[in-house]
Amino acid sequence: MRLAGGLIVLVAGLFILSLLSGYSSAGAFDSLTALVRDDASPLSVVMREIRLPRALLAVMIGASLGLSGAAMQGYLRNPLAEPGLIGISGAAGLGAVLAIQSGLVLIFPLALPLAALGMAVLAVLLILALAGRRGTSITLILAGIAISALAGALTSLVLNLSPNPFAAADIIFWMMGSLADRSFAHVWLALPFMVLGWGMLISLGRGLDALTLGEDAAEAMGLRLSRLRLMLILGVAACVGAATAVAGAIGFVGLVVPHLLRGMVGARASALLWASALGGAAMVLAADIAVRELLPARDLKLGVLMALVGAPLFLHLIYRTRKEMA
Amino acid sequence: MSLLTLRDLDVTLGNRRVLNGISLTVRPGECIGLIGPNGAGKTTLMRAALGLLAGTCTGSSTLAALSPARRARAAAWMPQAREIAWPVTVETLVALGRIPHLPRGTTLRPQDQSAVDDAIARMGLDPLRNRIATRLSGGEQARVLIARTLAQETPLLLADEPIAGLDPAHQIATMQVFAGLARSGHAVLVSLHDLGLAARHCTRLLMLHDGKLVADGPPGDVLTPQNMAQVFGISAFYRDTDAGPVFQPMEVLK
Amino acid sequence: MLVLTGMAVAAVVAAAGPAPVPPVLPPVRVVSINLCTDQLALGLAAPGQLISVSRLAHDPDSSAMADAARHLPTNGSGAEEVYLLAPDLVLAGTYTSPDTVQMLRNLGIPVEIFAPAQSLQDIPALLARMGAVLGREPAALAQISAFRAALAQLDDAPANRPRAALYYVNSYTSGDRTLAGDILSTAGFANVATEIGLHRGATLALEQLVMLQPDVIITGRDYPGQARAEDNLNHPALRALPGTRLAGTLTDRDWICGTPKVLNAVRIMRALRLSVEVTQ
Repeated sequence: MRLAGGLIVLVAGLFILSLLSGYSSAGAFDSLTALVRDDASPLSVVMREIRLPRALLAVMIGASLGLSGAAMQGYLRNPLAEPGLIGISGAAGLGAVLAIQSGLVLIFPLALPLAALGMAVLAVLLILALAGRRGTSITLILAGIAISALAGALTSLVLNLSPNPFAAADIIFWMMGSLADRSFAHVWLALPFMVLGWGMLISLGRGLDALTLGEDAAEAMGLRLSRLRLMLILGVAACVGAATAVAGAIGFVGLVVPHLLRGMVGARASALLWASALGGAAMVLAADIAVRELLPARDLKLGVLMALVGAPLFLHLIYRTRKEMA
Repeated sequence: MSLLTLRDLDVTLGNRRVLNGISLTVRPGECIGLIGPNGAGKTTLMRAALGLLAGTCTGSSTLAALSPARRARAAAWMPQAREIAWPVTVETLVALGRIPHLPRGTTLRPQDQSAVDDAIARMGLDPLRNRIATRLSGGEQARVLIARTLAQETPLLLADEPIAGLDPAHQIATMQVFAGLARSGHAVLVSLHDLGLAARHCTRLLMLHDGKLVADGPPGDVLTPQNMAQVFGISAFYRDTDAGPVFQPMEVLK
Repeated sequence: MLVLTGMAVAAVVAAAGPAPVPPVLPPVRVVSINLCTDQLALGLAAPGQLISVSRLAHDPDSSAMADAARHLPTNGSGAEEVYLLAPDLVLAGTYTSPDTVQMLRNLGIPVEIFAPAQSLQDIPALLARMGAVLGREPAALAQISAFRAALAQLDDAPANRPRAALYYVNSYTSGDRTLAGDILSTAGFANVATEIGLHRGATLALEQLVMLQPDVIITGRDYPGQARAEDNLNHPALRALPGTRLAGTLTDRDWICGTPKVLNAVRIMRALRLSVEVTQ
């Protein structure tokens, strides 16, 4: 419970720091007052229409990605299972791009998260089919490379075929992810799917605990494995699909966060779920503050920062599991 | 009263008939050894009895007929694969056995904690309680996993080769734990290859051969020279002594 | 077959060898591979002198002279394709791929490179140079004086200029030392980008734009198809400022290239400025 309190304080602190990060030189007190009071002043517009949705999305997306990573790892019993690395984010991005480029989102805005969710479901199904009963690192990584490459290539193809001259420049957004200039429209678009996904994934805690002992023992302890698998697929797809639809693919959150927190929750899969949700929110908030403070004028992509932190850890984990891979 | 009844259980995996017409009943107080050569169908028998092979078997098992939640409170299962996926402490791992008893969304209650403590004490794991389970030796891990099934506090316990890889003292101690459970009104069904330990600690032996139940009864009735020759292809020494039954495999018959 | 023709041309060029003196005769097969040189050349070339223009020249959204270009075949601006047209002069822009330019020059084809206009004052020089390379000096002089006269008529900026922001896809803006910035300033607006030290093309964060509270935000045009990069133009924050008017999507074709057509852009912006002054 101390950990929960600490993480909540961390998220709250970073949330306020995120609200105070940006171009305006207004003081913290003025900024927060402008957030509460809607007086149509420029500062109030900045706080309410630009920074608040951005900070909220950072929390929502971070929680979704951290939770999805912890759930996938718990199910496959492999610390390398991460939605971005195994191609789920890439596939969700492809779904989002298809919905946008086909013009479907103009008629039906929910098509954006729905299409991302649909492609994410396909990717999870493919991963689970390839990874088998227990995901070994080698199959996970190879399947992830293949699915990511395919989704990335199709995304690039669709964007290159677009009549819009700026569509091709969108490739980096979909590959690397960014929260720049997202609005409340995106918050409302993603929130229902994420809440649904959070509910599904958090409910898996006990089953994932039981899976610590393997599928056979877990089933004998009353776990309905096929139901758990279905909830996992839909929950991960809803979380990653909604997150990617509004912010592009932000990798490594689901790898780094559970890895850092696993020791602190005594490696219990159920406790790791909520801890990773909070930790993910803190991580994406921190990364989003960093991209604004480090290179304010350059629209540095979140994925770049996450990869700089996550990729070395990924290499470390591969090194540690190399015996299993051999 | 029966804790498990199998009737005409057949299991077909692929095109191979793995179990053929198994019928038996397990009653409280029994410590049953399941013996047979490799591939005889011991693991399949236990998994089918638990209902983990749905779709491949015909016939009936009273356990398999229960809902998963009720079954988990009726029987505990220790698979042969000793899987511990995450570096949890011994105590945390043993506490996983309480999952079937915990109401949704609750943590360990006092009665759960005492079940965990009891299981740890029975398996002599108190010194290891706070160690990380994945860093223990194979034999220690096996004892921790047995403790987990004990913590489940079910009337029936099924264990697939639980004592393989344990040192002699812990093999004996573990079999004594099983026998003690049986004496206190539980029942244990345990597969094992050490026929000497089976003879000394089990109240009843089931002998499987090519998917068929070829013998069922007290150790002395099952471990006959004919059965040993036909099923295992070995000769053996068996004697009831003052210190209990002694069984020793001798030669491979050719 | 095409390859054979190309090789034949190469043989002819090679046989001709290095010319001892630059030819005084104007070029007769001119190929333009850049949208801006397309339009300069279309306005100045003699009939039949220009034989191909870049593909964008046919796009009415990008090219102010799409109708005039309609009768000419287009090229994809690649060295191989251009070479096979057997030009005696290629017109390119500063941002044309240097590999393409080098390849064409290695093959013995003269390439003239035109820098993009940074201000309205650059346009007469561009016209003069295009007139010179095409051997059409008199036509260029006529266009230059017409341009200067028209510009003089539009130049009536008030002392108290309304503040405007140019805001394009991907939060891009143009400062005062750009052609678009000069169009805006000639039309009588003050460019808010200069207030925060942006003088050339640069990113103007949405937050900065809102904090600057301009009187008018002039957004980039909506391109066909969809791009996530255009989302910033629809951000609710742009509509949340009560004193700010979201106005006139600027039409790219009149703004990108330094040709006399930019006068259209100046006229439209001047009309916008006058209407803003009325409502204030």
